[in-house]
Amino acid sequence: MELLAAGFIEDNIVPKFNYWIYVILMMIGLYAMITKNNLIKKLIGMAVFQTAIILFYVSIGVKEESGIPILGHGQHHEIVEEGKPSGEVITKDEFANPLPHVLMLTAIVVGVSTLGLALAISQRIHGSFGTLEEDEILDQLRPGGHD
Amino acid sequence: MKFFGFIAVVVVGTLLLVATGDFPGWGNPHSPASEGQVSGFYIEQTVNVTKVPNMVTAVLADFRGYDTMFETVVIFIAGIGIIAVLRTFGDTAGKASDYPEPDEGSDIIVRSTCHLMVPLIQLFALYVVAHGHHSPGGGFQGGVMLGASYILLALACGLPVAKRRMGERKAIVLAATGIIIYAGWGVACLFFGGNFLDYASLDPVLPGDKEMARSHSMLVVEIGVAFTVTAIMFAIYSNLATRGRLEKGL
Repeated sequence: MELLAAGFIEDNIVPKFNYWIYVILMMIGLYAMITKNNLIKKLIGMAVFQTAIILFYVSIGVKEESGIPILGHGQHHEIVEEGKPSGEVITKDEFANPLPHVLMLTAIVVGVSTLGLALAISQRIHGSFGTLEEDEILDQLRPGGHD
Repeated sequence: MKFFGFIAVVVVGTLLLVATGDFPGWGNPHSPASEGQVSGFYIEQTVNVTKVPNMVTAVLADFRGYDTMFETVVIFIAGIGIIAVLRTFGDTAGKASDYPEPDEGSDIIVRSTCHLMVPLIQLFALYVVAHGHHSPGGGFQGGVMLGASYILLALACGLPVAKRRMGERKAIVLAATGIIIYAGWGVACLFFGGNFLDYASLDPVLPGDKEMARSHSMLVVEIGVAFTVTAIMFAIYSNLATRGRLEKGL
């Protein structure tokens, strides 16, 4: 039994640990968004969910034994100044995949601004209802409820 | 509710974990995302068609220029939305900005450190924007840093001091200017016979050849992005921290 568990971990979790981490983080965020009563806690769940997606994308771009997707100074000089064809100087496996980085770069900043907007709306909700608990807000909204 | 939520989360999580079995392993250079045509083209041809060593910036500002432009618009709309939702005009709104006093409660060590740090942060932020197509950096990163320097000023010396340097009207104008720079640069390409955001067509007015025109244009649109991000980051902070009154905040 122990051997079976160890084999399962070695075969399924160790080579895919990045996906396990993002699934667990994502589910923590989803759980918070579904079940929490407080609007701020829901927003925290949304932020955790977003972070999981960002981790997922960035981990897709990783290549073993590759560097950041920026040409070295020497490589850039050789291609631009000396006119060598780029195929001779660089190889594809040398650089991490730039596309996920680009997508997440914008997603992080846009995520911050939309989170700011969500916080602003919750501040207004707190201003008009005096609470951020969902059920209390629904009580007040119901016709015949107090207030 | 908690129970049903937990069931739903467990079911979704299990399905996702089962699906990871078909995913490529960590750091596999032959994963579908890395083997695809697009990513290979970006890595091998970026330097040939734009002369920019930083592929991330090249993809961001040139190949995916439309995407980045509308991401900037999303940030702008979020900032305007925050101002529209929160901003209130109380009795003291005008008075606070006329004679800003240093915050009585703030410590002299904090204020002195902040006065030393803010210029350095801003200088570094400008470097990150200006050097973004040669080293890690770009408009979003530099813009967030610039915005953070104003937020630091507001935290250490009080919001009125920061507001004197980045007032509300100035912030909104700056944010709009950033988008106008970006979109205007795209429209300028139309006048030189190219498509929208087709920077290579600008090479009659920019120094260097067609490839250098794309490189220079990336700097221009990154500056536009940095303007918008700076202004909106500070607007988000100042409105959230004062509940839209823009007086003495946190």
